[in-house]
Amino acid sequence: MAGYNNNLTKTTPPRWLLAELTYACPLQCPYCSNPLDYASYKAELSTDDWKRVLEQARKLGAVQLGFSGGEPLTRSDLPQLVKHARDLGYYSNLITSGYGMTEEKIVQLKEAGLDHIQVSIQASSQELNDHIAGTASFAHKKEVARLVKKHGYPMVLCVVIHRENIHQMPEILAMAQELGADYLELANTQYYGWAHVNRDLLLPTKEQFEQAEAIAQAFKETVAGKMKIYYVVPDFYEDRPKACMNGWGTTFLTIAPDGVALPCHSARELPGLDCPNVNDYSIADIWYESKAFNFFRGFEWMKEPCRSCDEKAKDFGGCRCQAYLLTGDMYNADPVCSKSDRHGVVQEAIESAKQAALAVEEKPLVFRNSKNSKLFG
Amino acid sequence: MTLNPQLPLSISRTHRLQWEEAQQKFVILYPEGMVELNQSSAEILKCCDGVHTLTDIVGDLEQKFATSGLHNDISAFLEVALNNGWIQQ
Ligand code: SF4
Ligand code: SF4
Repeated sequence: MAGYNNNLTKTTPPRWLLAELTYACPLQCPYCSNPLDYASYKAELSTDDWKRVLEQARKLGAVQLGFSGGEPLTRSDLPQLVKHARDLGYYSNLITSGYGMTEEKIVQLKEAGLDHIQVSIQASSQELNDHIAGTASFAHKKEVARLVKKHGYPMVLCVVIHRENIHQMPEILAMAQELGADYLELANTQYYGWAHVNRDLLLPTKEQFEQAEAIAQAFKETVAGKMKIYYVVPDFYEDRPKACMNGWGTTFLTIAPDGVALPCHSARELPGLDCPNVNDYSIADIWYESKAFNFFRGFEWMKEPCRSCDEKAKDFGGCRCQAYLLTGDMYNADPVCSKSDRHGVVQEAIESAKQAALAVEEKPLVFRNSKNSKLFG
Repeated sequence: MTLNPQLPLSISRTHRLQWEEAQQKFVILYPEGMVELNQSSAEILKCCDGVHTLTDIVGDLEQKFATSGLHNDISAFLEVALNNGWIQQ
């Protein structure tokens, strides 16, 4: 592959491999991070392709492995891939909605060498969970969480937080405790993909955020030593952006279901990156030499105010996808930053969501399913 | 949580200690995270095998490295490891 690596910044090897095995998913979460037009990507890598990807990435240094999707359980070769990953020395994480999980499968995956299972639950009540998931799934999810625990896995519960469930924070915490979660991930929605489309309906107010965060922080102290809480901050209410992906092409490697390699799972939305496919190139070529992975490495690509900013090594100018979605220019500072001259768009988004919350007639959520995806194709 | 010098130590059920060839160091792996270890931390954690106690570990390492007076450093490190959930008793 043509060498796009200018060697100005030392390229570190990947540590994390995110294997998006499939876009198929029986759920329809309106904040799903899969691309809007996912239905138009029908090709899926074969079992052998995935095995090759796992081997090559491991050789470069990847050690944390996430099997995700869509719903990774829809791939019948999952136990085989887990076994292969274990043999290679990965620490493997299964990121699942729990849909389609049985006790038999939990045991089978454990024997294959799976290290942990993260189950996502949409809310603390059946009604709301099933509404957000677009599928009746609440009772089964709780059962899966119990079985995960029963079979000796560390149990990670993940709840994506947004305006429809943020008021349930106390109940969500109680549910995590009752289920015996070892880790609880409270992931405030990040507004890309489907969440971007539904933002007016999902973005909570600042007061809601602050209240929920205070409740979560207080709870964190009471369970110290028993349950670890990962709190993913809602960056719309911060004045500095997050250090997206720990720096572009420094740590994370995502492989989409059709084999396209992405520096971050939303990178498909960015124009002109020419993301390479594992069917055409080796992982080493992709990581070190490809245009896409070198695109935002280092600081050379930056515009002002980032270019001369003394905080650029801290946040790398924030998220490229957010800069693109909100300002139309992926080279801009992430507009979450108060130094950005486009910071106003974040304020507008907040205001617009507030108006939508007050409106007498709420617009309906756009659920993530193939019918809706075809509208974006 | 405080360390009980009489009880055996082991790597937590939810964690894994592993040598990483690409990095030439030991790491601790856990759900969605990893800690890279320096040489002395790795030496100590390798002794947490579900059999040895703090006292045993101090004795073993002092012998291995032909030195003495390691007790305070080792126990301080293990205390941190216990509170981070890397090891259990
Ligand atoms: S976010 Fe929801 S719809 Fe999207 S892949 Fe996960 S479970 Fe499926
Ligand atoms: S100006 Fe750019 S580099 Fe500086 S803090 Fe803001 S986003 Fe980060």
